Amino acid sequence: MRTPERTSGSEVLRDVAAIGAAIVAVGASFGAMTVAAGLPGWAAVAMSVLVYAGGAQFMAIGLISAGNPVAAVLAGLLINARHLPFGLTLGDTIGHRLRHRLLGSHLMTDETTAFTLARPAGTARRQAFWLAGTLLFLAWNGGTVLGVLAGGAAGDPAVFGLDAAFPAGLMALLLPSLRDRDTRHAALVGAVVAVLTTPLLPAGLPVLLALAGPGLIALRRLRRQHPPSGDATETPVANDPTAGGQGVSGPAGGVPAVGGSVAGGQAVGIPTAAVPVGREPAPAGQREEPC
Amino acid sequence: MLIAVIVALAVGTYAFRVSGVLLRDRLDLPAWARALLPVGAAALLAALAATAALTEVGRFAGWARPAGVLVGVLLAWRRAPFVLVVVAAAGTAALLRLAGVP
Repeated sequence: MRTPERTSGSEVLRDVAAIGAAIVAVGASFGAMTVAAGLPGWAAVAMSVLVYAGGAQFMAIGLISAGNPVAAVLAGLLINARHLPFGLTLGDTIGHRLRHRLLGSHLMTDETTAFTLARPAGTARRQAFWLAGTLLFLAWNGGTVLGVLAGGAAGDPAVFGLDAAFPAGLMALLLPSLRDRDTRHAALVGAVVAVLTTPLLPAGLPVLLALAGPGLIALRRLRRQHPPSGDATETPVANDPTAGGQGVSGPAGGVPAVGGSVAGGQAVGIPTAAVPVGREPAPAGQREEPC
Repeated sequence: MLIAVIVALAVGTYAFRVSGVLLRDRLDLPAWARALLPVGAAALLAALAATAALTEVGRFAGWARPAGVLVGVLLAWRRAPFVLVVVAAAGTAALLRLAGVP
């Protein structure tokens, strides 16, 4: 979309409303599905208010009704780990008062992040965050209540093609940022890696692997700034046979927070000489993923 | 038990969200690292959009959904209004399903 060139708040409102309408319908299907699975209506509403993450909620209801509550929590958290890097990115947009940051954190979703990052940094971006965050929260929770009340009458959102609306909306919001070469490459590689690994890995991990690209950029940058610090440069990445194994089994072992912060984490650890040594195997393993 | 699951999921999810936001203040990131954060977010969003467009519980989602998404993306590429992008994507997928395309 042309959003970066436009500054009118009402245009943002209209765009958010379009996704908001779709979110009401999907929220309704979540409420209806929860009740249909034999769970109480309050559970659907509590989950929508307190968890507020659609993909994880659907996954959790499925696993709870299959009698697997522990898996419901673990799978849901794995799916939601991406919110940590989102938070790092939006941290300076939300506001500087603690209560704003505490409240704003809860309103952060994929769509809110996309709407926010599609605006130029500054006041416009902050307004977009709070507008999208508030409206989409109301849409999701209003939809959930409607779905609980309507029960089976809420219907399947796929009939209306709403499952196609969300990816299309996300991509439309992303398009302007793809003019930047690094962003374009990272997005393309991330998308391909995620799609190829989706049949192989538990939900949530393939998306996190998209951070491998930016992680490698960070690594390259760090190496340029801190040229050959000892023997930690080329060899471990190039021919360490264990690197690939660790890279694959590491994420599967369930360290979503660490994997999720690869880009930010590497950025943090510049001063210590020991850090690059420990960190190199992971991106190397991730780079082997698509093969 | 149900309450415990909901609370655990809620607390864990909020912890992810808020730790990213609060960490941002604590970290004194160099300019290039700050510039890389939105690149990482864009990669995550692109991965989300691509997997949501093509897959459903780990398998191919059928043709109607990616076709709808493609129509939406092409419209966005041609700078169509966002509302039209969303409605056209949904409408294309819905019509294809009506015509019997999975």
